[in-house]
Amino acid sequence: MTEMVDTGTAFGRPIKRKEDAKLLHGRTNWTDNIQLPGAVHMGLVRSPMAHARIAKVDLSGALAMPGVVAAYDAASLGDLNANVLCVWPVTDDTVMPPFPALTGDKVRHVGDVVAVVLATSPEAAEDAVAAVDVDYEPLPAIVNMIDAVSPGSTLVHDDAANNTCYVYDLGGGWDEVAAKADVIVKRRFVNQRIVAAFMEPRAVVAAPMGMSDEITLWSSTQIPHVLRVVLSLSTGIPEQNLRIVAPDVGGGFGGKLQMYREEVLALQLARKLGRPVKWNETRSEDLVASHHGRDQIQDLELAATKDGKLLGFKVDLLANMGAYLQIITPGTPLLGMFMFPAIYKMDAYQFRCTGVFTNTTPTDAIRGAGRPEATFAVERMIDELAAELGMDPMELRTRNWIQHHEFPYTTVAGLTYDTGNYEAATARALELFGMDELRAEQKARRESGDPVQLGIGISTFTEMCGLAPSRTLGALKYAAGGWEHCTIRLLPSGKVELVTGTSPHGQGHETAWSQIASSILGIPVEDIDVIHSDTGRAPYGMDTYGSRSLAVGGQAIKKAADRVIENARPIAAHQLECSADDLEFREGTFSVKGDPEKSVTLGALAWAAFSAHNLPDGVEPMIEGVATVDPEDFSYPHGTHLAAMEVDTETGKVRVRKYVCVDDVGNQVNPMIVEGQVHGGVAMGIGQALYEGVEYDEDGNILTASLADYLIPSAADLPSFITDRTVTPSTTHSLGTKGVGEAGAIASTPAIVNGIVDALRHLGVNDVLMPASPQNVWRAIKAAKGGAA
Amino acid sequence: MQIRVTVDGTAYEGDVEPRTLLVHWLRNDLGKVGTVVGCDTSNCGACTVLVDGQSVKSCSMLAVQADGCEVTTIQGLSTGDEWHPVQTAFKECHGLQCGYCTPGMVMSTVDLLSENPHPSEEEIRDGLHGNLCRCTGYHNIVKSVQMAAELMGGAK
Repeated sequence: MTEMVDTGTAFGRPIKRKEDAKLLHGRTNWTDNIQLPGAVHMGLVRSPMAHARIAKVDLSGALAMPGVVAAYDAASLGDLNANVLCVWPVTDDTVMPPFPALTGDKVRHVGDVVAVVLATSPEAAEDAVAAVDVDYEPLPAIVNMIDAVSPGSTLVHDDAANNTCYVYDLGGGWDEVAAKADVIVKRRFVNQRIVAAFMEPRAVVAAPMGMSDEITLWSSTQIPHVLRVVLSLSTGIPEQNLRIVAPDVGGGFGGKLQMYREEVLALQLARKLGRPVKWNETRSEDLVASHHGRDQIQDLELAATKDGKLLGFKVDLLANMGAYLQIITPGTPLLGMFMFPAIYKMDAYQFRCTGVFTNTTPTDAIRGAGRPEATFAVERMIDELAAELGMDPMELRTRNWIQHHEFPYTTVAGLTYDTGNYEAATARALELFGMDELRAEQKARRESGDPVQLGIGISTFTEMCGLAPSRTLGALKYAAGGWEHCTIRLLPSGKVELVTGTSPHGQGHETAWSQIASSILGIPVEDIDVIHSDTGRAPYGMDTYGSRSLAVGGQAIKKAADRVIENARPIAAHQLECSADDLEFREGTFSVKGDPEKSVTLGALAWAAFSAHNLPDGVEPMIEGVATVDPEDFSYPHGTHLAAMEVDTETGKVRVRKYVCVDDVGNQVNPMIVEGQVHGGVAMGIGQALYEGVEYDEDGNILTASLADYLIPSAADLPSFITDRTVTPSTTHSLGTKGVGEAGAIASTPAIVNGIVDALRHLGVNDVLMPASPQNVWRAIKAAKGGAA
Repeated sequence: MQIRVTVDGTAYEGDVEPRTLLVHWLRNDLGKVGTVVGCDTSNCGACTVLVDGQSVKSCSMLAVQADGCEVTTIQGLSTGDEWHPVQTAFKECHGLQCGYCTPGMVMSTVDLLSENPHPSEEEIRDGLHGNLCRCTGYHNIVKSVQMAAELMGGAK
């Protein structure tokens, strides 16, 4: 059972963030701020073609330019041309093509890297990049997945039999339930390709500095610890000689959960040249070179009885891998495979995913990673089934969801949800939303033929996060584990050093982790310093992604803090001349039971341990708690999101009129931070629904390679959000918490699209392509009316 | 070209390559690395500074165009332990997460409030539409600007 921490202390309070003072005064340490003496700047020669054979690379023009120090193609870089690694071959026969930092034979997507130049200034490097002469022999570009899996298609990787990376099957029993179903709703949805668009472009500095053979690599990354392992495996640099630092990192959203070729190159070239190498990307480079995400074609069938009992769900996905496999490219769509049945009870679930290579930028995890795609599919299909049955979509959900007294509940996909209360979250959301008034207005607008129609979108989502139990990861063939580490050390001055393996980039870990430790140790939040994101100072960790930092890392903090108290106890007993069993610990102080005047603070014990003048025999002069925690299970946050959407049927323009969400993320360490995560997640999901999408032309040219063309929402494009939480603590996590980082992005996209379709249902519309731009909405209306779209 | 620019209260004179963008001069020559670059198409606004009190995307202005001007960056908005009311409001309302857009967002807010001390929510959203944030969904940024307006109104 969950052991609750004392919520009368820092835990659970909306404490203002420690991080903010420096961020608000510009006292920041972004990777691009690092300027080292003798540094050379790296420029990359990127392919302008989606698919071509490389006939010749001539570096002589670049090498002759002022300021140019060196230039290499794949051949001349030789053994240093190490590979980018994929650590998640999802099946025994997953096709794993080589992914060298510099490609030598062919280019496979626009932005693929053919050569690298190094110069004494970024400008000189850029000029030298333009002077590298590459002869390309164009090949047909395979841009869409349907073409890629057609027999006889051009191959992205010549040595492969076809463009299929893998086929993954789960579950079964569809045919049996389909045979007895009264209704089968069948749809094809496209979950379009998006980018993370973190505000800080990626940057890397590699320098042969530090002690002895140490090389330091600063990178704007979410995963300094994982990166150290994979860079060591790839380059052969002994892990202990590699120090990875993620300084201030300006957002990640999965886009910096990666081992990038630019990191490999900077590291290898710093070794080769014996001087610092620096690279920072332009935004336009980011939009072709940082991994993309989503990009699925979903063929879906949902079976039910005529009174709305769900019988089964059949899911057949094409998942775009892009041209190469990045760190977890094949596994990303499979992070969604357990989530298609979501909160609903049904008898059968049959899932297939085919990973497909194309001549496009590689895909990988972006906020939600597989779960937004699954949630979009199921929540859209529930609305489609409701329309087919003539049933209220909330009523259909209520009839089929797991009721709160049925937890723990093992779903048809095989997960066991520990807790949840969909009734409570939904009731609260409906109260905040004013459903009856909005339905009345919708009816009135329909009857009056108002050109602006109103629709109501529902998303009653859950997700699996807090990645992850290591044994489960192993069963899924992921190479690493999912544990997290924490060391808490009492310093002689009475301050506390909390070393975490998580690696924040906006989430406020310095504040929230201090709150957890403070609530256990009774030491003020401001006296706790959180050390992170530097493998030199925080050597062990699994980093930050998959809404794992609190769900997993938080448990390590609790365990480490509990151990601090236990390790301090014998010293306290010695000082107070009593038995350790006679001590009680409250708010930072040990006191003798029944004699509270006899007491000693943790701070005093820290000095006693440091001076070591009077320690009990056999007790070491150090008070710290060390814990590495492997989570018992995933965590399953859930919630109800409701969107009131206005749709102009004449222009296709849509507006989010009202957005209400009630999330249940279990216990909250800092509700202010939780709410901020929800806001940002919801905004990102609305971005996918309404504004964002990577576009390629038929030759594989990317049409959205700047922020002028790829539209991430601005303040003027979004409403304020009405948010609340219900609290159903997790019973499998020692703090009763669940993840929150991805929930909003998972939940909001289907709520928005369901709302648009609901506004247009009476016109015969049953789908709108994302992003639901005025053009796509107008086309859906036109097509429904039978006109040419 | 020889230029003379006052940045965050200090006068700087320097010989500047004429093509140098103001943001690169601030960052690379003056070490004002609190001002950051987020894009290459003037869409994101992360590099916003004040030039003679007006907000300017410092990636869309040449350093030589700032000759004779007073530039204020996030690092010069307040001194020492003091906080500008806009900075205070962003902290109080959790108007930032990763903080990368924050220098530009704060400087744009200062300009917005100097032109319109009591903006409506719609005016705030319109006024900041040139500053992109990926973390907050803008909800708490709007609240921050509203609070800053109150704090600054109260100071009058």
